[in-house]
Amino acid sequence: MAKMTLEELRKLRDGKKTELRKRDSDGKSIQVIVGMGTCGIAAGAKNTLDAFIAALDEKKLVNDVLVRQTGCMGLCYAEPTVEVLVPGMPTVIYGKVDVAVVKEIVEKHLIGRQLLDNHIQDRPAADIVAK
Amino acid sequence: MHFTLSDLAADIAQNAAESGATIVEADFMENDSEFRFVIKDNGKGMTEEQLERAKDPFHTDGIKHPGRRVGLGIPFLIQTAVQTNGAWDIRSRKGSGTTVEARFDLSNLDAPPVGDVPGLIRTMFLYEGPGELLVRRSYRGTRGTVDYEVRKTELVDALGTLEDAGALVLLDRYLRSIDGTDEKDD
Repeated sequence: MAKMTLEELRKLRDGKKTELRKRDSDGKSIQVIVGMGTCGIAAGAKNTLDAFIAALDEKKLVNDVLVRQTGCMGLCYAEPTVEVLVPGMPTVIYGKVDVAVVKEIVEKHLIGRQLLDNHIQDRPAADIVAK
Repeated sequence: MHFTLSDLAADIAQNAAESGATIVEADFMENDSEFRFVIKDNGKGMTEEQLERAKDPFHTDGIKHPGRRVGLGIPFLIQTAVQTNGAWDIRSRKGSGTTVEARFDLSNLDAPPVGDVPGLIRTMFLYEGPGELLVRRSYRGTRGTVDYEVRKTELVDALGTLEDAGALVLLDRYLRSIDGTDEKDD
């Protein structure tokens, strides 16, 4: 495969950018936040993040979703953890999110607007939340 | 503890990003027998005493996570290097920044695999904090020769907000393309 240049990258991206910035400022976009602390990485959070990028690409959701990384949420026993914010739905932290669960989150939560009951972790641990 | 050497580097790079640095520079140098990295920030730095304590897994400054009693990034790096015939070095000056360096002997049976370097670099560009992140990567070995340099400001200029999934998909494709590794290592 020929190596892509920065110019080619810019061309691929152009046209979509302005539309996206508008949506960001409305604060209405969907957010997927992957816990990438030491515990998350050790449990495979990197694969989880890769899987989200692939799944969002496949389902043509890339223009609607922000993917962020965060540190440890204090739920190290349930890593990899992922926080999902969808406007109009409760904010949820999912635990033990492997590649299969990523697909489920994208299909059921982001598209189907339903929570995945078996993976909900409620909220970050008490000692992690700044007072 | 970590899956790969790239994961260890990600942890150290995150420290650099959170150090209050305006610029972070990272070098990844690899051949078939060795993987080496240098991550340098111009952030808040540490005193000699603080640096000594950062090597202790049961020490943390407690600022990021009040109530937490462990800080594992640097201890894991040191442990992995020591156990696998590698080397490590941390230089820091209070107020002017920190440089973390590590070398791993890939022929050592206990050395973790290098892992997904383009994925590591993508992860680093997503850390909030420094205005500029400069990553240099070189590889010389059986898979050929790889040599490139990427800058956060250039990528943001081309792609807009990197956290946007659309930008992230393209960033991932771009980094894998210039790395010449379509398939992931891990």
